Amino acid sequence: MFDTLSSKLNGVFEGLRKRGRLSELDIAEALREVRLALLEADVALPVVKDFISKVRDAATQVEVLDSVAPGQQVIKIVNDVMVEALGGAGAVPLNLSAVAPVPILMVGLQGSGKTTTSGKIALRLLQREKKKVLLASLDTQRPAAQLQLQQLAERAGVASLPIIAGQTPIEIARRAMETGRREVYDVVILDTAGRLSIDMALMDEVRAIRGETNPAETLLVVDAMTGQDAVNTAKAFNDALGITGIVMTRMDGDARGGAALSMRAITGAPIKLTGSGEKIDALEEFHPERVAGRILGMGDIVGLVEKAAEHVDEAEAEKLAAKMLAGKFDLDDYAKQLKQITKMGSISSIVGMLPGMGAAKEALENANVDKTILAKQGAMISSMTMKERRDPDIIKASRKKRIAAGSGTTVQDVNKLLKQFDDMSTMMKKMRKLGQKGLMRHGLGAIMPKSMQQRRPY
Amino acid sequence: MALGGFFNKLKAGLTRSTEKLTSGITAAFVKRTLDDAALEELEELLLGADLGPAAASDIVENFRKSRFGRSVTDQEIKDALAEEIAKILEPVAKPLIINRSLKPHVILVVGVNGNGKTTTIGKLALQYREEGLRPVLVAGDTFRAAAVEQLQVWGDRTGAPVISGPPNSDAAGLAFDAMTKARADGADVLLIDTAGRLHNKSALMEELAKIIRVMRKQDPTAPHSVLLVLDATTGHNALEQVRVFKEMVDVTGLIVTKLDGSARGGIVVALAEDYGLPVHAVGVGEQAGDLRPFAAMDFARGLVGNVGQSQ
Ligand SMILES: Nc1nc2c(ncn2[C@@H]2O[C@H](COP(=O)(O)OP(=O)(O)OP(=O)(O)O)[C@@H](O)[C@H]2O)c(=O)[nH]1
Ligand SMILES: Nc1nc2c(ncn2[C@@H]2O[C@H](COP(=O)(O)OP(=O)(O)O)[C@@H](O)[C@H]2O)c(=O)[nH]1
Ligand SMILES: [Mg+2]
Ligand SMILES: [Mg+2]
Repeated sequence: MFDTLSSKLNGVFEGLRKRGRLSELDIAEALREVRLALLEADVALPVVKDFISKVRDAATQVEVLDSVAPGQQVIKIVNDVMVEALGGAGAVPLNLSAVAPVPILMVGLQGSGKTTTSGKIALRLLQREKKKVLLASLDTQRPAAQLQLQQLAERAGVASLPIIAGQTPIEIARRAMETGRREVYDVVILDTAGRLSIDMALMDEVRAIRGETNPAETLLVVDAMTGQDAVNTAKAFNDALGITGIVMTRMDGDARGGAALSMRAITGAPIKLTGSGEKIDALEEFHPERVAGRILGMGDIVGLVEKAAEHVDEAEAEKLAAKMLAGKFDLDDYAKQLKQITKMGSISSIVGMLPGMGAAKEALENANVDKTILAKQGAMISSMTMKERRDPDIIKASRKKRIAAGSGTTVQDVNKLLKQFDDMSTMMKKMRKLGQKGLMRHGLGAIMPKSMQQRRPY
Repeated sequence: MALGGFFNKLKAGLTRSTEKLTSGITAAFVKRTLDDAALEELEELLLGADLGPAAASDIVENFRKSRFGRSVTDQEIKDALAEEIAKILEPVAKPLIINRSLKPHVILVVGVNGNGKTTTIGKLALQYREEGLRPVLVAGDTFRAAAVEQLQVWGDRTGAPVISGPPNSDAAGLAFDAMTKARADGADVLLIDTAGRLHNKSALMEELAKIIRVMRKQDPTAPHSVLLVLDATTGHNALEQVRVFKEMVDVTGLIVTKLDGSARGGIVVALAEDYGLPVHAVGVGEQAGDLRPFAAMDFARGLVGNVGQSQ
């Protein structure tokens, strides 16, 4: 989590605030932490090394100012280098500038999500660009693969190439392009069988298909959970085919997704799309600045801040933030915070943007517990005296009993609340060290009760 | 199955997947002093095989304690490293034993999307048929397009009957009915396929827990095995997958697939250390015959690239 890397880096620089440049020793120590974070996020080792050397170069240039935590500065550098390495700001669209029917070739390892993604792209081109799309499965390997694509085509409301048993992939490819021309399709999506990068026969086959169809896009579909093997896959497919774009699937999982960085670094091809679910409409554009935070374990900070801005009562939030910064945030303020969170309504979607919070999000959506939990906590705080709210430490056994009775909850509930508040206070102390900028970065994650950040908390 | 032929096939699968690591180690350690730089290279080789920073540094630290400063040959380092890893894997290398008196022994197969569940069921079905057992397959993935038809093909290939329901029907109800049917028909093994699901989707995980609850109404001891399938290409997320699936559905063992590729599946080492769940078998291809028992030393040798040298 952001917490980990950020607090580790702050730890590294603690007490080292001095004017001038960061010392090489400080940087080396910080970079060890960054390296570890990247490895734990499954960035491939050679790519990690390259990345670290870029960060080192940038970090040695930095002037450390008295007022700013050096740890935060290094975080910023790491983040900037990451965004750049992932492709810079903004998304890269599919390239459809070729003579119709425009072929799109889908390739990748077994089970990476090619067929599902083919269906998703078809739907997107139909809906957003009013294209006439033909889906064709060249997968003669996996049982019922052609049927799978046919069913997806039906769901998407696009055509699929009639299945003829016994045809080879290259024959199907030819037939798909002929059909595309004859029946005047705008786009023909060619879904292929999964293949291992070391399977020479199958790599030759897909090369032949590429030669035959001359696709405008050759998209490598990669699972976001991929580990170190990302390098081998990226290299093999790129060498054989010349990848024009990458699709990262299963971004709805909780993998940190370091493979995105590996893929991009090895192929040089942009990551164009991401899969965010099993449903046919779960396809999104790739935003480097958002995924950077995810790989670093910082959460989708941009998205979070945007979302929060839509919902939060600015003035109230600022007041509370000021209190946090001053270290004067008490249970009464927390009660106000709870009210705001409740007002946001879509709390679950905000929670979901933080790393490791996917489960909390689901729990909130499914069980509808957000309101009840928050209401419960609100009730408990209402049952406290002002003195208790200001100084929760004085709440011992007998007071707990009274508060529980007054709010219709149990002593355990009270304990839980106090524990959460304690966690929050710890967080706030950290934030105070980060200063205003740090607060912006932490966004709402900081004010979320800690228990929400854990898996299946309820 | 002749043991020799079997090992050769396993080796063939593992050799390819480890060539890079092998050459790396060879380059790093031919008659060389085991100094800091050498140890660092060793650690990097392990990292490249997906062992993860924690497991990799544990192993390297052990090496530092026992062998620092020694002059070692390529072969010695490989042997020692394989042994070190095998020591970790040995306790989890346990075959899945079918209890023939259960009739049927119910096996629930679970895991994230696309990692090889359905294919593994096909492979297991073949294995049980060859052992003279009567497996029955249940098309419990009622969600994904053509998932039922996919399993049906595996049933046809292996001669195992397939029980299925209509699309989008309730998987728990299907599993319940299948148990009744399998019992009446005298089946030995009931292999239940499930839709792939990400472990962070609590609604989907709950659905899996429900399948188990419903089955237990009929047989409180069912399912007798819950197999979590893991893709060898997976990195650190495998740790989280195992943690959550274990918590939600009491996983009894693992099967690691796609070891015939360039991925080395080193995360299994970290898994063995963290969870100690049995690893029953490995998948080394897309065909029905491509399932192998998980053997600690073979796997370890595969990881360090000593395959074929001391067998
Ligand atoms: N090379 C290789 N491919 C495998 C192996 N096991 C499965 N596959 C392939 O991986 C792909 C996915 O396998 P499935 O069995 O459909 O996976 P699943 O987990 O049932 O997938 P979903 O039901 O979609 O979640 C298929 O193309 C299989 O042929 C293996 O051990 N090696
Ligand atoms: N959760 C999730 N599942 C996905 C995503 N993309 C594909 N899948 C699932 O992954 C599995 C394999 O996908 P498939 O398209 O058949 O992969 P292929 O073998 O590469 O064609 C299926 O169960 C899909 O439903 C995604 O973005 N998120
Ligand atoms: Mg497919
Ligand atoms: Mg399946």
